[in-house]
Amino acid sequence: MSDLILTPNFEAADDFYADLLETHEGMDKAASDALNARLVLVLANHIGDQKVLQQALQAAAFGSI
Amino acid sequence: MNKIFETPLYAYEHSPDQGTPAPVRHQVVVIGAGPVGLAAAIDLAQQGIEVVVLDDNDKVSFGSRAICFSKRTLEIADRLGCGRPMIDKGVLWNRGKVFFDDRKVYEFDLQPEEGHEYPAFINLQQYYVEEYLVERIRALQSEGAKIEIRGRNKVSAIGTHPEHVTLEVDTPEGSYNIEADWLIACDGAASSTRAMLGMDFVGRVFEDNFLIADVVMDADFPTERWFWFDPPFNKGQSALLHQQPDNVWRIDLQLGWDIDKEREKRPENVIPRLKAMLGEDVKFELEWVSIYTFQCRRMEQFRHGRVIFAGDSAHQVSPFGARGANSGIQDTDNLSWKLKLVIDGTAPESLLDSYDTERMQGADENILNSTRSTDFITPKSETSRLFRDAVLDLSEHYDFARPLVNSGRLSTPTIYASSPLNSADALDGPARSRPGAPCPDAPLGDEFLLSKLGDGFTLLTIDADAPDVIEEDGITVNRLALSFKDDPSMQLKARYLGSNESAVYLIRPDQYIAARRPSYDDNLFRSAIRRATGKE
Repeated sequence: MSDLILTPNFEAADDFYADLLETHEGMDKAASDALNARLVLVLANHIGDQKVLQQALQAAAFGSI
Repeated sequence: MNKIFETPLYAYEHSPDQGTPAPVRHQVVVIGAGPVGLAAAIDLAQQGIEVVVLDDNDKVSFGSRAICFSKRTLEIADRLGCGRPMIDKGVLWNRGKVFFDDRKVYEFDLQPEEGHEYPAFINLQQYYVEEYLVERIRALQSEGAKIEIRGRNKVSAIGTHPEHVTLEVDTPEGSYNIEADWLIACDGAASSTRAMLGMDFVGRVFEDNFLIADVVMDADFPTERWFWFDPPFNKGQSALLHQQPDNVWRIDLQLGWDIDKEREKRPENVIPRLKAMLGEDVKFELEWVSIYTFQCRRMEQFRHGRVIFAGDSAHQVSPFGARGANSGIQDTDNLSWKLKLVIDGTAPESLLDSYDTERMQGADENILNSTRSTDFITPKSETSRLFRDAVLDLSEHYDFARPLVNSGRLSTPTIYASSPLNSADALDGPARSRPGAPCPDAPLGDEFLLSKLGDGFTLLTIDADAPDVIEEDGITVNRLALSFKDDPSMQLKARYLGSNESAVYLIRPDQYIAARRPSYDDNLFRSAIRRATGKE
């Protein structure tokens, strides 16, 4: 079982960030929030591993959960 | 003491061209004596081309403007005879700190790679760079090179013809006409050459203003690049602090869009802003203040017949990433050898089309990177700001988020991977020295590889046989014969051989790699020389 990766792992960080913002381009707040929620779920499914997902939740909440 | 930018370096002088019955024809005229125009002129003059630089002013640029000069620029300056003074005067830095709100979120070390003559970056005021370039021109003149700078010579009209350009030039003594076989326009983002010829300059305007101030202060800030996102002293905006020589510090404060520029520029408004940032007790003196709004744009073509644009006149980027002066110097590095061969008649005029192809790629890369930095620094939507702040919050805790923090991606040379001048890669060697890449430097005992390449084509052989000189249809290629043993640190091997026992590289005059193979093959290298000079 693997651990959550918290060291740099992006193949092309700037390209990803630009694509992310472009996907949101022109959306209002509600549409953007919904997109973000769907994106979290899509990525979570890709990861699958429950332990890694729990670690990700902890990391994003800065250990406050 | 007078600042260098207050002293005329190329005062107006009467030229014999004034008052001749027919206009005098020059091989090359360069408009603009900034770093780009001066570099172009030196490069051409070093290769025996006759060149006249015209500038509407007679001094180096007022204020420091460009401050960050990249390794590639220093390597080009070295070839032009100015690399040493730049490095001797410049400030070396490797460390940066990123602040968000009232806290430091992380710091980074740009660990320099060993085995290069020049560092990744130096900070140096543009006026020093221009001064060193002018000194180099004076040295070339004393050696008999045909190079001239004419101060207070303002071009007021340009006529384009199939094989020459006519220029009307205004001076304190009235106007005169000259002609040029070739005209290089290096007259900056507000290029009057571009305007006079009615040419396009399209792109994106960023709705933001930045206060840029150079202050002289005796402060104990370390030699580091400090960047603030949303700091308490400039809420909702960004700030930058960076050191230059002579205790001059560059400060960049984002001001937002709806401001009164003239009001913000006044010392009584600037000084309180700087005090809020530096601390009430820090003593400083303002050297230069400016407010700028920037754009990212480029011309659709850099070459228009006998008129060629280089530097900011051809393309403009935001200042984040030090891609203005650095890319302009790379333009002239790319252009000068091609123009020399075309003028000599040893390459077809179509070789200059590759200047457009290669440098438009460079400009697009610079525009992309500087646009992304700008979008990160100035989020243009609520969602964009949400992600930006999330990246900064995460970067304080986790390494993974740091590559996403974008306060400028510092300029690196463009790799012309699909250039028509490249021959197919025939060596299973290191990717960094593939055709289309600039030669990586490598140590050779007390010396370095790049300083041995000169102004012409080079055949670099590493543990391989080849003729000492190749003549191919007017192009001379001199061999530089090395062995991997010439560099006991094994960096020459790592950068040029990889797992091969030998290699042969064809290197262009601008130190870009045109072809490489494991061994010398007369037919294939002659073909590569023809290809690299626009003949195949």
